[in-house]
Amino acid sequence: MSLLNTMPEFTVTTKIDEMLNWTRKSSLWYMLFGLACCAIEMMQTGGPRSDLDRFGAVPRATPRQSDLMIIAGTLTLKMALRTKVLYDQMPDPKYVISMGSCSNCGGLFQLAYSVCDGVDKVIPVDVYVPGCPPRPESLTEGLLKLQEKMMQEKWLVRRGEDESVAAQA
Amino acid sequence: MDAAAIFERLQARFGDAVVTFDSGGEPAVRVNPSAIFQVCEYLKTDPALGFDCLSNQSGVDYPKRNDIEVVYHLYSYRVRHACVLKVSVARDNPTMPSVWRVWKTAIWQEREIFDLLGVVFEGHPDLRRILLPEDWVGHPLRKDFVEPTEYHGISTKRESML
Amino acid sequence: MSLGGYDVEVQRPGGLATEEMTLNMGPQHPSTHGVLRFIVKADGEVMREAIPDVGYLHRSIEKIAEKVGYHGFMPYTDRVDYVAAMPCNQGWGMVCEKLAGIEVPRRAEYCRVIAVELNRIASHLLSVGSMGMDIGAYTPFTHALREREYINDLLEELCGARLTFNYMRIGGVAWDLPPDWVPKAVAFLDRFEPLIDEYNALISYNKIYVERLANVAVISAAEAIDYNLVGPNLRGSGVKYDVRKDMPYSVYPEFEFDVPIGTGEVGTVGDCFDRYIVRIREMNQSCRILRQALAGVPEGPVLTKVPRKFKPPVGDAYIRLESARGDMGWYCVSDGSEYPYRVKIRTGSFTATSIIDKVSRGVMLADLIAIVASFDLVAPEIDR
Ligand code: SF4
Repeated sequence: MSLLNTMPEFTVTTKIDEMLNWTRKSSLWYMLFGLACCAIEMMQTGGPRSDLDRFGAVPRATPRQSDLMIIAGTLTLKMALRTKVLYDQMPDPKYVISMGSCSNCGGLFQLAYSVCDGVDKVIPVDVYVPGCPPRPESLTEGLLKLQEKMMQEKWLVRRGEDESVAAQA
Repeated sequence: MDAAAIFERLQARFGDAVVTFDSGGEPAVRVNPSAIFQVCEYLKTDPALGFDCLSNQSGVDYPKRNDIEVVYHLYSYRVRHACVLKVSVARDNPTMPSVWRVWKTAIWQEREIFDLLGVVFEGHPDLRRILLPEDWVGHPLRKDFVEPTEYHGISTKRESML
Repeated sequence: MSLGGYDVEVQRPGGLATEEMTLNMGPQHPSTHGVLRFIVKADGEVMREAIPDVGYLHRSIEKIAEKVGYHGFMPYTDRVDYVAAMPCNQGWGMVCEKLAGIEVPRRAEYCRVIAVELNRIASHLLSVGSMGMDIGAYTPFTHALREREYINDLLEELCGARLTFNYMRIGGVAWDLPPDWVPKAVAFLDRFEPLIDEYNALISYNKIYVERLANVAVISAAEAIDYNLVGPNLRGSGVKYDVRKDMPYSVYPEFEFDVPIGTGEVGTVGDCFDRYIVRIREMNQSCRILRQALAGVPEGPVLTKVPRKFKPPVGDAYIRLESARGDMGWYCVSDGSEYPYRVKIRTGSFTATSIIDKVSRGVMLADLIAIVASFDLVAPEIDR
């Protein structure tokens, strides 16, 4: 890896990047993190009709085994602190899909005193899926969008160095 | 038995100083806070009344009257009748006896009222916050509750995107 | 020593002392039905106590009611119990109608009953399916979800949403039954009713299933009433009480149906299995009600005229109805203005959670999952 890092970006490395990204995007293990109503739709998405497994996404019970966190539901202030802990426990590289208006921005519960208006106040979010609750189709679309995003990533450069390397090349 | 008949029984037992009839809204029996435990015990143990279930217990804040009203909705599975009790406690010092020894379900329902309205139930075995975090300030279902602007560094306001 | 029905030989070689251990379970846990946390004190595999810590989904719905007005609160009632949102809609409708003395047209009552019973089946399906998943069988869950999707389709056609329906209004329902909907619903019932037997064959009387559930967490009838358990949990303890039958509301008196209760067929009355099997039997009864209701929908309007600025007279009202999780209480205080003065929702899950501490003493750690699943807890209903 270190040898490749010193090299300018050849076709070979981009192909390797693509290959790595392709393998990773095809086995996105998501953590079962159902908070509220949206969790039921998330379950139905993983259920027989929409079948999220088609995209290589399977549910995991613990953060330590998962690459993706789907925040499905209302994030209360009491839960927000826990969410941060759970996110920190996930191994890098990790992604977050915020599902439903509640976790996007507070949604229906912006009027509430005990709700954190948006999960992006606590952890970084990659894809926002709108809806209250989003249909299984929209969550699937959100997952595909995340896969698109993952295909753009470059891994054969050390994190933080990519811009400078790209500039040299 | 309807509310008036239940009230008559209670009146005969406890006298006017303890119970009064309240016909505004749903007919209810207003009980003196200090006697609520005895009244509830009587309501449960008297064979003709037999209220074996506390169906609902809720608190209502009335800042204008300067009191908090605790409302008991009782139901008897044995006799199949219902009854409403109302108790008013002072708003600045809301203390009243707990009825958990009569109905176990009161343990949690009273905890909820304590959490959201700040009524202190004397003799309660475990009076802690239940829904809100332990370090929360204030009792949100009071009418004069002010929402906090932040909680552990998380601001609770969201700027409008428009 | 007997633990939850099992004879357990506790062996302590050489008189070694054991130590109590405190474990944390949740709030994120795949089998806690939403965000629910337990602080478990255990001695080896045996629980000394399991203290529930709730409130991770406290969304202040009761306070929001004071800000959004009577009509505006209807969508929030969906979120009180998202697995069975229709009964919550109906509860809010009923308490407002009682406050203001509004009559609901008969056709609207039929629409309500049909929607509520369909939703009840959907909710029980999820409960039965996740019961299987929680104690280690993943397949029943997918079977249950498969049927749930058909109900969701029907309800979506009825009101445009799969989960958060917002179907009812104060004084009726928002939409009439769509054309050709009734035959579709009947076709669903024809398909679904035989499937209940399939569930029974697949899981209910499966030996492992029965062993996991029978004689665990037995709750006597008196205890259930004392802790205010409601609905299937109460009926599992052998108390024959159903609000639809015993305090009739809406048009339920016109239908014929039975109230199934726990009989202790594989263990003791009031154990986890009884609570579970009551739900399966209730699905049958809901199908019965649905068939009668679908056959007899009267003509007429589905919504009475209710002013947009709805101002019920000063006073309070308390109603009870049978939601999927049992007797649900709605208490509303009006001060004569456009906004409710105070709304309190007494839900079945809240009171059921309070008994967990009591019944979990002395049972095995793994049984806590079965206990939680058998109560069919839904987190927002506990926390609101
Ligand atoms: S976005 Fe809507 S459906 Fe999802 S958790 Fe929030 S209120 Fe529930």
